[in-house]
Amino acid sequence: MSLTPGALSADGTVPNLGARLRAHEQRQTVRWRTQFVVTWMAILTALTIFIVVFVGLDETLITKYFWYIVGGGIGFTIFVAVCSITLAICFATFGALGRLSRNPVLNGVASFYVSLVRGTPLLLQVLFIYLALPQLGIVLPELLCGILALGFNYGAYMTEVFRAGIQAVPLGQTEAANSLGMTSQTTFRRIILPQAFRIVLPAIGNDFIAMLKDSSLISVIGVQELLWRAKLIGTKEFAAIQTLLIAAAVYWVMTIAFSYIQSRLERRMAQGDRAVAR
Amino acid sequence: MHTADHLVHPAEVPGNLVAPGADPILRATSIEKYFGDNHVLRGASMTVWPKETIAILGRSGSGKSTFLRCLNFLEEPSAGVVDIDGFAVEASPFASRSREHREHVRRLRMNASMVFQEFNLFPHLSVIGNLTEAPVHVKGVSVKEATERGEMYLEKVGLIEKRDEYPARLSGGQRQRVAIARALTMEPKVLLFDEPTSALDPSLVGEVITVMESLAHEGRTMIVVTHEMQFAREAADRVYYMDQGVFAEIGIPERVIDNPQDPRTQAFLARFLGTSAG
Repeated sequence: MSLTPGALSADGTVPNLGARLRAHEQRQTVRWRTQFVVTWMAILTALTIFIVVFVGLDETLITKYFWYIVGGGIGFTIFVAVCSITLAICFATFGALGRLSRNPVLNGVASFYVSLVRGTPLLLQVLFIYLALPQLGIVLPELLCGILALGFNYGAYMTEVFRAGIQAVPLGQTEAANSLGMTSQTTFRRIILPQAFRIVLPAIGNDFIAMLKDSSLISVIGVQELLWRAKLIGTKEFAAIQTLLIAAAVYWVMTIAFSYIQSRLERRMAQGDRAVAR
Repeated sequence: MHTADHLVHPAEVPGNLVAPGADPILRATSIEKYFGDNHVLRGASMTVWPKETIAILGRSGSGKSTFLRCLNFLEEPSAGVVDIDGFAVEASPFASRSREHREHVRRLRMNASMVFQEFNLFPHLSVIGNLTEAPVHVKGVSVKEATERGEMYLEKVGLIEKRDEYPARLSGGQRQRVAIARALTMEPKVLLFDEPTSALDPSLVGEVITVMESLAHEGRTMIVVTHEMQFAREAADRVYYMDQGVFAEIGIPERVIDNPQDPRTQAFLARFLGTSAG
């Protein structure tokens, strides 16, 4: 921005400079955001046109099965994801305690769990619980198998996250609690855990969003979640492109929605007492 | 040379608050501490009578903070005994994790609360929450009573209007005053201060020193590791000068600070005060 000479105020400073700079910054921000949104819209429109022209939207098919796929699918998927993440949080809390334990046996058990689960594919674990356990005489319903497998698997990954979260609470917190006479259990429950939970909350949100999609893996054992339904109708009506696209869109929209909720949650916590005082 | 002075009952020193014939409230005997091969404390002993204020001076690395932390076993001493109000705990470096020892240490700590250089307030709790946490969850005091007591101590440190704030919103000096109030809520026999003003902006040191001086004058038993020579001179009843893990000189401030006998103390003070001492 050029400043015309001779336009200075009486005190020798540039008139209105602060306000003009602010307006300039605002214009730039608005322009950036507009271009960003337009880019998204353009890609989305192009994609839609491509699908309509080359694939064709069979309206009767969609109206006939929409609620079966979308309505039921979303319900199952979210139910599975919520149950599994809850289970995973339990596994991860005990796992992290084990990984931080001075007791070599507890520590060994926890690190073995993490190593085994992270060292094998999730799909294999799902199949193992569903197909291999019955061989040992343990038969569980598909839904329970699926939730168990997902919770068990994510619990291992989250164990490491929780461990890091607990270790991220400054040592001074433990010392302060101890010098007030708190037992180690009270210190953990009342002082460390609430702070660690705040630290790992974004990571839990991330894992939940990943879980929404990974829950599709349990369609292979016949849990009637979103992908299973899309696959069923797609095969039956020979319209896999359409039904899979619907499923994809639903997964995507769910992810966007939960990402939004997550960012709101994080922002709210950042405003509160998050700025750590030592 | 210091032994003679050590044996003078502080009640005989003019202006001292100690009652004649009173028994010591704290006795630390032959405290040793190793960090790996580093022999940090080499048999340091201290005797404190009720209502005394003790200042521990010494250059950084001399072991004075380690000694203070050994008094309530935040550091497990490698050898020695700490006796507070007739309850003695012996260093137990080979069985420091045993249930019995940890319980003894906890009982000792309830009589010796620590105020830290870095404040270590609980960031997830409000100011009043910081003050009620230990009385409620350690002593089993009712929330109502703990709150009343907490408010009383907040008044004492002049921060009652910050009752519902979170620590992150307080200045450094305010945080340290809350930390002092928190230590008081356990009504300990001895208050331990570990360089309480060293992390503070110089302009905030005064408000903390003022609170500490008023505590000293009302007869709280305090042991203060400090670099604030002014505080040591004016508020301390006796000064312990530590050098290389032992107390080189012990006595009333007029003698240790203004007329030190030991060459190590003389060297320290000469450097510290920028004057030739002794």
